[in-house]
Amino acid sequence: MNLTLKVWRQRGPSDAGHFEAYDAPGITEDMSFLEMLDVVNEQLIHSGREAIAFDHDCREGICGSCGMVINGKPHGPKKLTTTCQLHMRNFRDGDSITVEPWRAAAFPVVKDLVVDRRPFDAIIQAGGWITAPTGGAQDANLTPIPKAVADQAFDAAACIGCGACVAACPNGAAQLFTSAKAAHLNLLPQGQPERWSRVTAMVDRMEEYFGSCTNYGECQQACPKGISIDFIAMMNRDYLKAQFKDRKRLVGASDLAGDGAG
Amino acid sequence: MSSMPGRAGAGPVAPVHQKGPRRFWIQQFYGSALGKKAVMALTGIIGLGFVFMHMAGNLKIYTGENADGVKHIDEYGEWLRTLLEPAVPHTGTLWLLRGILIIAVLLHIHAAITLSMINRRARPTGYKGGRTYGLGGTYVARSMRITGILVAAFIVFHLFDLTWGPANPDFERGQVFHNVTSSLDRWWVAGIYIVGNLALGLHLWHGVWSLFQSLGLNNPRFNTWRRGLAWGFTVLVVGANLTFPIAILSGAV
Ligand code: FES
Repeated sequence: MNLTLKVWRQRGPSDAGHFEAYDAPGITEDMSFLEMLDVVNEQLIHSGREAIAFDHDCREGICGSCGMVINGKPHGPKKLTTTCQLHMRNFRDGDSITVEPWRAAAFPVVKDLVVDRRPFDAIIQAGGWITAPTGGAQDANLTPIPKAVADQAFDAAACIGCGACVAACPNGAAQLFTSAKAAHLNLLPQGQPERWSRVTAMVDRMEEYFGSCTNYGECQQACPKGISIDFIAMMNRDYLKAQFKDRKRLVGASDLAGDGAG
Repeated sequence: MSSMPGRAGAGPVAPVHQKGPRRFWIQQFYGSALGKKAVMALTGIIGLGFVFMHMAGNLKIYTGENADGVKHIDEYGEWLRTLLEPAVPHTGTLWLLRGILIIAVLLHIHAAITLSMINRRARPTGYKGGRTYGLGGTYVARSMRITGILVAAFIVFHLFDLTWGPANPDFERGQVFHNVTSSLDRWWVAGIYIVGNLALGLHLWHGVWSLFQSLGLNNPRFNTWRRGLAWGFTVLVVGANLTFPIAILSGAV
């Protein structure tokens, strides 16, 4: 396959950035999108130009680092597929492909296609953990969990934190990520003691950096792990309930801020 | 602002929404975007109740008049003023309902504006290479601000036309049937009512579905009929409302 790429090049956070066109000849349809970029980068290096910077790690769809917007869609045209798992057979010979980084105030561009996703880490630090001392490994099935609940928690835990939801959202909102991270603990018995402070702290932290949800549902369309906006509704419900749970006002977001994961 | 985990070579990420220190809980709640969305949903429900009752009341245009020759809709207008009398003074209940409605509308608009400002800051640059949305409904949802402004403008016109009268040369206070028919007989007024109601329809279609999500009233058992409810409510209210200008303009009423 011979392709034409239009790739966003940006030297650093303060550079304005621009699109640059590259030829990508000799691409096979079995290559992944990242392998295709590797081929283009080889060419660039051989011709003495700077390679396109992009984040990647596992290349098997589980680490969440390879996010980029391909032809106007986060992670490209194929549903439930990360960029690293997107094969070139999803494109046709002669195609022109536009590649751009995530766009959100919370995800400033570091270089080319690499964005800074630390605000996600900040949300996890605010409440994406439990403080119960785990001690020695307990016997299996000592804490009974209904199968349906375990399945749902697992669906939420499938989030790889890639940021496609934020990239897809016209408001740059992180509701899908935050709700998945909150739900996977809030559904399970181990997450109950901190359920209400968790949701409050995570939502408060999220709102510092991200936009608000207008229920477009675009995040769910873009999510490579198929996480449902039902989790957003659950987070909204928990946040509303949390207003009435903490009668003594012992726990506020500011009390939990930043010292959780430390 | 909270501390940001470190990343080599990266500066701070600027927050888009600064919250003050902890205040009285309701202030703190409304200070959060999720709280504002809940307020939008609740005030939206008040609005839904209003548009439904307004539509249902207007259907009396079609039911004719009572034995004394008073139009049913005029009778109904008078009944609204005397609601819960004598326990409540004349027009007391009506003004209470109006007060709730006005507060709801103002809160709805305030939340919409402040949330829009946060959202604009959260997405300062769009996709330079274009963005393909996955859902057709997104375009309706994205037009909520425009349809909201259109509905608000329509309501203002509607008040000048049929509540206060200056937009209608034939206006007579309390003569609901006369006022409606004389006003909507003008084609451009009928046109404004039709456009205003279509905008209302788009607003309702997203709003009715969306409010369940904002309030967390979500359960896989009934999620599928939330869309159906949004369709049904929208078609019922807007469909009935659209018959009024059409019926009057065509001379059927
Ligand atoms: S590189 Fe790890 S998910 Fe794509």
